[in-house]
Amino acid sequence: MTPNELNSPGYDIPEDMKDVVAITTLDKIYNFGRRSSVWPMMFGLACCAIEMIAAQASRYDLARFGMEVMRPSPRQADLMLVAGTVTKKMVPSIVRLYNQMAEPKYVVAMGACASGGGPFKEGYNVVAGIDKFIPVDVYIPGCPPTPQALVYGLMKLQEKIDHQSIKQVRWYQKGPDSVETPVPFLGPDLIDPRRIPEIHAKAAELAAPAAAE
Amino acid sequence: MNTPVLNETLDLAAQFPGLSADTRPGYSGWLVPAEKLTEFATFARDTLGYDLLSSVTAVDYLEQNLFEVVYHAYKTAGGPGLEFKVQIPRQDPASLPSVTPIWPGADFQEREAYDLFGIRFENHPDLRRILMWEGFEGYPMRKDWKEAFYEDETKPFKSRWPEGKHSLAETRAAFGDNVSFPAGFDPEKWTPTDPEELLYASLRKYSAEVKDGIKTDHVLVNMGPQHPSTHGVFRAVAMLDGETVVSLKPVMGYLHRNHEKIGERNTFLQNMPYTDRLDYFNSMYNNWGYSLAVEKLMGIVVPERAEYLRVIMGELSRIQNHLILFGMLWNDLGAYFTPALYAFEERELILDIFEAVSGTRMMCNYHRFGGVVRDVDAASLQKIKGLVFERLPRRVEEMNRLLSENEIFISRMKGIGYLSLEDSIAYSVTGPNLRAAGIPYDIRRAQPYGIYDRFEFDIPVRHNSDLLDRYLIRMDEIQQSLRILRQALQQLPEGPVLTGKPQYQVKVPAGEAYGRVEAPKGELGYYVVSNGKGNPYRYHIRTPSFVNITSLEKMCVGTKIADFVTILGMVDIVLGELDR
Repeated sequence: MTPNELNSPGYDIPEDMKDVVAITTLDKIYNFGRRSSVWPMMFGLACCAIEMIAAQASRYDLARFGMEVMRPSPRQADLMLVAGTVTKKMVPSIVRLYNQMAEPKYVVAMGACASGGGPFKEGYNVVAGIDKFIPVDVYIPGCPPTPQALVYGLMKLQEKIDHQSIKQVRWYQKGPDSVETPVPFLGPDLIDPRRIPEIHAKAAELAAPAAAE
Repeated sequence: MNTPVLNETLDLAAQFPGLSADTRPGYSGWLVPAEKLTEFATFARDTLGYDLLSSVTAVDYLEQNLFEVVYHAYKTAGGPGLEFKVQIPRQDPASLPSVTPIWPGADFQEREAYDLFGIRFENHPDLRRILMWEGFEGYPMRKDWKEAFYEDETKPFKSRWPEGKHSLAETRAAFGDNVSFPAGFDPEKWTPTDPEELLYASLRKYSAEVKDGIKTDHVLVNMGPQHPSTHGVFRAVAMLDGETVVSLKPVMGYLHRNHEKIGERNTFLQNMPYTDRLDYFNSMYNNWGYSLAVEKLMGIVVPERAEYLRVIMGELSRIQNHLILFGMLWNDLGAYFTPALYAFEERELILDIFEAVSGTRMMCNYHRFGGVVRDVDAASLQKIKGLVFERLPRRVEEMNRLLSENEIFISRMKGIGYLSLEDSIAYSVTGPNLRAAGIPYDIRRAQPYGIYDRFEFDIPVRHNSDLLDRYLIRMDEIQQSLRILRQALQQLPEGPVLTGKPQYQVKVPAGEAYGRVEAPKGELGYYVVSNGKGNPYRYHIRTPSFVNITSLEKMCVGTKIADFVTILGMVDIVLGELDR
């Protein structure tokens, strides 16, 4: 970040102090720190993960964005790159990992599958998009997205971070988190705890005509 | 290719009473009565010499009210295979004897058939669900089982074509999502059963003991599904005595994305891009196996130039697969990412070629029935030549010098993960790992497909069957691939690359075919059944990862838990084809 970008306008800094002193807002300096060291979680689901690794490798070099430090532990990661098809069997683990990440935390849905099921949407073991369970910040289209597309998506995430304010982001608000992400569980099919009453009602409705016969 | 040699055909019915030839048009092989299966399997293995069981799968013939379990066995000495089938009435519970005691390699494949079709295999040592979870409602691969987003029996769906009035699947599904529950299901009153209970029970085959006055107990360790060195969403549960592995079970299905169910809705051609996503490192090779199976059904020949292009792309794919494996192996050993960078550098150059010829880097979708989709332009051909004749041999040698003689590396690899020659065959291990056990079995030689019989190349063999040999044999294979590539590039003829004109819908006569290729990871087989319509009636993929992993426990027991990571790495699994 150049001094001009960092400085908030309206304050006169003496000419000889220009490159030494900056007057800025807390938001700006805080966002600058966060956007320049987004550590992704080392976590690949399917094909997209390979392109994610390729983006880390020498030709595309994600280190330019401060994103080369892949953390295998959710506790040390800022960004969850959901790279690949989300299956019903896997989604409880993904949501649990998301809940274990320390805030601030971001989610990027990489590729068609993570965004909406992709070519496998109709599959009986496939979750049609990770956004049904956790909030997604950036969607990257492609099957798989090229490393260039991934880098572009991550730059979009940086833009999003630049426009956030400590006062407004959901994790610094009082009270419980405004976004609920309970861990789904596996029964006869995948059960989303938020939808239990709905499932109950619908199943009872399905049973009713059978009972009448 | 699948039909048994004629004289053996005649002999077989005489040699084994009760056997009858499969006479349905387009079908081949033998029908074995269920009660004689164990006897016949023993006979096939011991007397006929079919020691390598390639594939076990089931087909649901809804109209005939039959389940058919199909077996493909081969000889490691080479030559055509033996196909036999068992037909059982389609009922619950449907059961037949397991062949796992005879060919332990059938273990996971039978579990898969149980999981997806609900066929019980008696005397199976550990019959649990494998891809879906314990407690899942229904057997999804049965023809009368419908998923929540079910729309129509076959594609193209009427809602998309020709009318084109598509609605969101979520608005049509009963529960508003891709889930379905039995009528009257009450999630509040439902008591969850522990899905892992059976798994843990199968591992706890011990009792706490007192050693030197200290009461000792074993420790159960879960690795995965999110673990940096399981190469994706693979999970293993190990029972440890201190650091030593006592027993270990792989758990999979975390990437089970229903290739087969979707594949049976798709038209034949629509499946081609799906095969790319099986082993996502080697889409060129996955295409090949599938087009081979369908071409066999259709009875079409591939033009010369297309055959050469298939070989060129396939072998390039093999080289980059092995390079990546080395990079990832070093990651697992703790040399984080530097060796991987060497691998990725070369891989990018190979991917550039794939992108130039097919349009995408990874998901090439390059093959068509009867050829390939596009010709290679002169510039790309020049690039390939530059790679094959100049750059790659040099770079591979450089990597070899850098990695192969490292002392720490050798001490981590030598003598670890031993699997005896007999066990390798019994567990249906194929590919480089079988050749590292001393068996020169390579389908490119054993039963050549395409034009592999024209090239001069060796099948590298090593004999120690440990991790180091499995690593070195892949180094040797890269050299052989380069050798094939050099010949192919010199011989590449001019001409068309596709038989007939390109078409969206192909006519596939009724029948069955098993197309198998020597993919970089091992034997990749496609079992395709057609009933003459536009969609495959059965589409099964026998993937090397899924079958090779059967021997994982055998290799790990007795080693330290830290070695598990390397052993798994050298099995060379990729989750897309492990779980499908």
